[in-house]
Formats: sequence, C-alpha cells, structure tokens
Amino acid sequence: MSLPESEIVFEGVSKTFERPDGIAVEAVRALSFTVERGELVAVLGKTGCGKSTMFNLLAGLIQPSAGRVRVRGRDPYRDFDWFRGKLGIVFQSDRLMPWRTAIDNVALGLEVNKIARAERLAIAAQWLERLGLANRAGDYPHALSGGMRQRVSIARAFAIKPDILLADEPFSALDEVTGNALRAEFLDLVRDTGATGIFITHSIDEALQLGRRVLVFRRPARIVYAATAGKDLTAAARATVRDDILRALDIETE
Amino acid sequence: MAEVPMRPAAFRPRIRYEGWVSIAGLAIAWQVTSLFFPHFLFPTLADIARHFIAIFTTWDAIDDALETSARILAGLVGAFVFGSTLGFLMGRSEAFARYAYPLLNFNQGIPALSWVVISIIWFKGIEFRIFFIMVMTTLPAFSFQVLDSYRSMSKDLLEMTLSFRPSRYDLIRMLVVPTVLPGVLTAWKVNLGNAARVVVVAELVGATGGIGYALLQQQQIFDMAGAIAWTLVLVIFVLVVQRAISMIEAWLLRYRPAAERTV
Repeated sequence: MSLPESEIVFEGVSKTFERPDGIAVEAVRALSFTVERGELVAVLGKTGCGKSTMFNLLAGLIQPSAGRVRVRGRDPYRDFDWFRGKLGIVFQSDRLMPWRTAIDNVALGLEVNKIARAERLAIAAQWLERLGLANRAGDYPHALSGGMRQRVSIARAFAIKPDILLADEPFSALDEVTGNALRAEFLDLVRDTGATGIFITHSIDEALQLGRRVLVFRRPARIVYAATAGKDLTAAARATVRDDILRALDIETE
Repeated sequence: MAEVPMRPAAFRPRIRYEGWVSIAGLAIAWQVTSLFFPHFLFPTLADIARHFIAIFTTWDAIDDALETSARILAGLVGAFVFGSTLGFLMGRSEAFARYAYPLLNFNQGIPALSWVVISIIWFKGIEFRIFFIMVMTTLPAFSFQVLDSYRSMSKDLLEMTLSFRPSRYDLIRMLVVPTVLPGVLTAWKVNLGNAARVVVVAELVGATGGIGYALLQQQQIFDMAGAIAWTLVLVIFVLVVQRAISMIEAWLLRYRPAAERTV
C-alpha cells in the first residue's frame, strides 16, 4: 500500500526559458519540496530568484522543462480544467478587470464555476463585507485605492473556497500600515478556510509571520534553506532562523 | 486609505456650442459667396433648404436616403463580422497572421473605385455588388483594430483569468471581448465615414437608387442645390450614427477613468 501523496509535490523540477536572442536562461533548477494538506509554506528569496516561475509552474500557467509538479496528485498544466474551483491565487498586483465593478471582480471565479448570478453576487457581497468594502461593491477598480483593490483581489481568490491557495507577494506594493492590516486579515482567512497554501514573499518578517514553514530560494530557483516558523516560535528561535535566512540569502548580518 | 478623486463620468459625449458656431459660420460664408457667384455654382441657403425639405417630403427621396443608409449599415455589419473574425484568428494564430496580414495590407492599396469596377464585372445583383464593395473597403480597419487590441491584451489579466480555469467561451466572453471592444468601437467610427464615401461612389456607378444615384441625377441636370441637399442628408445620417455609436461607447466604456487634466 502506498502512502498518500502530499498536497503539493515538486519533484526535480527545472525550467529553462529561451530569450529572444537564443540564449537559454535557467529559472528553476532541480527543485524538490512537498507541502502537506492545510500547511501554509512561505517561500522567500531575492528578486529574480525564480520564485514567480515556481509560482507559475504551480498555477499550471507554464510547464516544467524537466521533473514533475503535482497538486493533489494531478498535473496543474496538463489537467488544466480539473483545477477549476480548486485554486485560489492572489497576485502581486491586484489584476482586477477594469470593466468589472468590485463585486463583479470578486464574483469572477464563481461565474467561471457556473454559480447562479444571484448566489454568486450574494457570496461576493459577503466577502466584500468581510474585508470592509461593503459600501464599495459597485465601484470600478479605478475608483478604489491600492489597498482596496488588493482586498478585492484577496476576496476574489477566497470567494471560490479554494483547496489550494497561492499568493505571490500580494502586499509588496502596499504601504506598511495597509500591508500589516491585510497580512493579518489574510492569515485569518487562511486559518478559517483551512486551505493549503504557498505564500511567496521577499520579506523575512512576513515569511516568519505567515508561514508554518519557510523555504529560502536562490537563483536559479532551488532551496538553500528550510526552517519551521509560525507564531509558536520563541523570540530567540525566531532570531536564529532570521539570521540563518539572512545568511542563506547571502546578506551580511551584524 | 485615500480614494482617487474622479470626474463624475468618462466618455460622455456632449454637443458643444462651438460646433454649431462653426457650422453657422460656414453657412454664412456660403450665403455671402452666393451673392457674388451664379446660383448654379453657389445656390442660396434658402434654395438648398427647399431641396432638403423636398427630400424629406417625397416618398421616393426618403426611400433613396433609407436605401443608402441600409447599404452602409449592411456593409459595415458584414465588414465587422468578417474583419473581426479575421483579426481574432490572426491574434490566435501567429502562423495564420503571417499569411493573412500581407493580404490585408495588399487590400489596403486597392482603390475603392477598382472594387466598384471589379464588382460590376463579377456580380450581377446590385445589392450584392454594393455589399461586396463595402466589405472589401472597410474590412481591413476592423481586422487591424481587433488584432491590435487582441495583441495588446494584458498578460497579467490573461494569467489571472486562466488561473480560474475558464472554458474557452468564458475566456472570450470575460476577457477577450471587453479587451477588444474599445478598438472595435473606434473601427466603427472610423469606418462609418469611409463607408459613406464609398457607398456614394458605388451607387454613382452601379446602382439605380440611393443617394449616390440621386447625386448622379443632380449632376446630369446641373443642380448644385440638389447635390448639396443630398450630400447633407448623407452627412446627417453619418452624424446621427456617429452619435449613436458615441452613446453606446459611453455606456459600454463607462468604467474608464477620466483625468482632471489632459495632456
């Protein structure tokens, strides 16, 4: 009898892109890791280290050059339609459709999932209310601030009740106060839904706050450090992990 | 969190008084000129107005005006359907675009009058001849606009939409159509003027009814007032349809923000 496969599996995954001038660029090299059901893993790395490529592989938007990616035992690229309603993605930028109002943007995934209009609008309205945007439901994205737009995009990802949640530096473009507020809201939402998640960030504090586990990437995307994190970590252990991460990222510590 | 200050509405077309002032100025200049030239060259405004009213009080003349209007709209709808499909296919397939794009460019170089001659030789039916001419002359603008809009589709929005795993139909409905819509509306506005010019040429040469045919009759009896009156009918039709398109555009693109300052 075989053991049940992890929720997310990266097995010797490599990804190479060809630039317009014909030069091959290796973005991911023999990357292997697993994420268990209900676990939130933070992926940390410097800009350009291949985090987003890993993210796109996971989302099934690109396919690996070598190795295999499995999410719930399926290939997210080949079994594209199977993941309908199962993946919730929060991107770095809000990526709202400018021609849709806030509530229609939140309802996008529900519409794809063929939920009846009245029901999907009711669900979207609940999410907007939860994220403090009940009175902005009819506004177009251009009339919302950056923080509001990102909250709409978070609501859009959560509205479909995804089994797998992927977030690619969703708070990096926001000011500190807004980012902190949304981070706390995001963590609450992940806990409440019990979704399995991968959270990409370049902020060590954010990774330690959000992730139960932290993976540190270096270019081309490969794991150079892994540690347990989360709120149960003592201050001393957190400081040690933080120093280790800084070393792994090749950043000088005092 | 600060909200972005917005103007109440974008793309709201207004009839401004400056336009009426310009038209009134042109009319006055014409009337003054008519005092110094023979009336068969520059008829008075009153004479033109008489002919203009006669057009709208004679059933045959109304029929001619409606006939031309219908031909313009039919031709544009045909060009829109074929041109948009072509543009969409070129956007979907780079290989197809490599074959189709040069043909469209080649077509751009063919004068409308050549299509008139070709269609008269090729086809027997008058209506099909005109429809063919209209489609061939206005199709490229629709194709190029749709292709351009398709190619400028936001990769970010495409990836975001794909992340929800939509069906192909949903992807087109939710993302592609709203993306290409502004380009399609622009093509309609640009093509409307072109279509009005082309249809008159087509009717002038190959029809037995319509504004072009009426203009031909005015030329044969050397009636400048009648020619201008018929031209005004066409201009008014174009302006009315332009206005209708602008109103549709204002409604469909109401999500667009308008800046307080302009460039």
